[in-house]
Amino acid sequence: MTPRSKRRIGLVCKCVVLGFFLILIMFPFVWMLLTSLKGTQGEIYAFPVQYLPNPVSFVNYVEMLWKGNFSTYMLNSLICSAVAAGCSVFIAILASYVISRFRFRFKGALLLFFLVTQMIPMFIMLAPLYQLLAKAKMLNNRWSLAFLYTNMMIPFSVVTLCGFFDNVPKSLEEAAWIDGCGYLSALFRVAVPVIKPGIAATVIFAFINSWNELFMAVMFIDVDKYKTIPVGLNGLILKYDIKWGEMAAGTIMSLVPTMCLFAFAQKYMIEGLTAGAVKG
Amino acid sequence: MKQKSKLRMRRTWFIFFMVLPAILIPMVFTYYPMVKGSMMAFQSYNLMNVKNIKWIGFDNFKKLFSHSASNSFYTTMFNTVKWVGISLFFQFTVGFGIALLLKKKFPGSGLYQALIFFPWAVSGFIIGIMWRWMFNGTSGVINDILMKMHLLRQPMGWLAEKGTSLYSCIAANIWYGIPFFTIMITAALRGVSEELYEAADVDGASPLQKFTNITVPCIRSVLLLTVLLRVIWIFNFPDLIYSMTQGGPAGSSNIITSYMMQLVYSLDYGMASAVGVLCILFLVIFVMVYMGFTKYGKEEA
Repeated sequence: MTPRSKRRIGLVCKCVVLGFFLILIMFPFVWMLLTSLKGTQGEIYAFPVQYLPNPVSFVNYVEMLWKGNFSTYMLNSLICSAVAAGCSVFIAILASYVISRFRFRFKGALLLFFLVTQMIPMFIMLAPLYQLLAKAKMLNNRWSLAFLYTNMMIPFSVVTLCGFFDNVPKSLEEAAWIDGCGYLSALFRVAVPVIKPGIAATVIFAFINSWNELFMAVMFIDVDKYKTIPVGLNGLILKYDIKWGEMAAGTIMSLVPTMCLFAFAQKYMIEGLTAGAVKG
Repeated sequence: MKQKSKLRMRRTWFIFFMVLPAILIPMVFTYYPMVKGSMMAFQSYNLMNVKNIKWIGFDNFKKLFSHSASNSFYTTMFNTVKWVGISLFFQFTVGFGIALLLKKKFPGSGLYQALIFFPWAVSGFIIGIMWRWMFNGTSGVINDILMKMHLLRQPMGWLAEKGTSLYSCIAANIWYGIPFFTIMITAALRGVSEELYEAADVDGASPLQKFTNITVPCIRSVLLLTVLLRVIWIFNFPDLIYSMTQGGPAGSSNIITSYMMQLVYSLDYGMASAVGVLCILFLVIFVMVYMGFTKYGKEEA
């Protein structure tokens, strides 16, 4: 065999493997989408499986949005996640800027403080948190959920943003200070605009994480009016007889925002996540 | 001189107020509940029986480790080892394999990476729902595919049988975790200097020699760190099991953290916290042993 044909065979093998892997990764999503578009129970539960919906029907979506409370759940999820993402990243910008720029005592301890919160299983905190919220009469409240998600995302956002601030040359702000800029205005007028892409990625990451959160929401919310999407779907899945058509429609709808944000920010997110890998 | 100390004060106050919210909120809503939760492990603390809350020493732990027929904690621990071990092994090997194929950039490789990385952004709960439907015993697509490939004679209730429920969850978890390894290892591989390979080519090294003598040593520290973080993460990840089987049938697919969630939702906070304290203990021991074995911390420093 000539080296050239050998290389060609290698290339074909590579393409086949990568193609197969892509199908494997995409299949569960495609299958959920197909299920959600089937109109009748007969089609959904047919065995041997009928793969393509015929005809395409949006009955399941209509059922979820208008008869169920899914639109309320979506709104709640949206509010909680947006508020949490905004607040946590704002608070994190303040803290991470100082940590990255100033030398002061306890700086190492401070970073450790944030890292430890990422390591411990959050389940151990659920019971005391429940009591804390009950005492403050904050159970079944959209804003307390948003606040808890803010709390959940602060440490991660601080650590991530520190990495971004570290890459901004300090001379930029020093010039601003000399021009009579205060610390705060130097931060927001000079440093923040430079790391805008990093901030956007962090906001999106915080949003997606809050959007996905299940256990706290299930624990602290049991009024339909304030349920988020995971809590709503959780209610459906605990029933003895799951309506898979509606379930699939709900799943697909919950994926749409994630998909849009991910498409927009995946480049930064992959870069942020793997920054350590390249350096290491 | 006075001017200078005034500036210093201003600087100190500025630092203080900037970090204050980021410290205060986690203090109250993460650290306080964590300490309180750890204390509950040594109390009889069941919300179904509020009048009887008291300190009981290690009784909760004794109950967990008691040898009785109804105690499923030993199964749960063994399941956790399988859950972490098998998931990690396949996530790592397959992820590594795909990463080797992705190392050289090709037209569309950015898009390809984004597509295979997407599951990472979806919650484990939703992933669990999707796999639960695919593993469905009467009309699941997995049964259908296996039967068309003649690997299975008749449909099987994957999640409803004790023998297969845990392994079905593990299969879903492997699928969910491969992209993370692929992305991390691809980035690490691309960071290895091309000159090293060129030098090896000049010396006439075989592909296998290049792999073991250049690739692996160069990305060793990334591999070790990724594996460590993943073990902690998979261990703390009951979401998938929660939505696929709820730990069933009869606790046969429970891992420690999903077992703990059940205790929390049944309002037996004392027992739940005891399990939580054990989780932290296991993780700390694991991290120390891992660091010792791989000498990870030392060479990094």
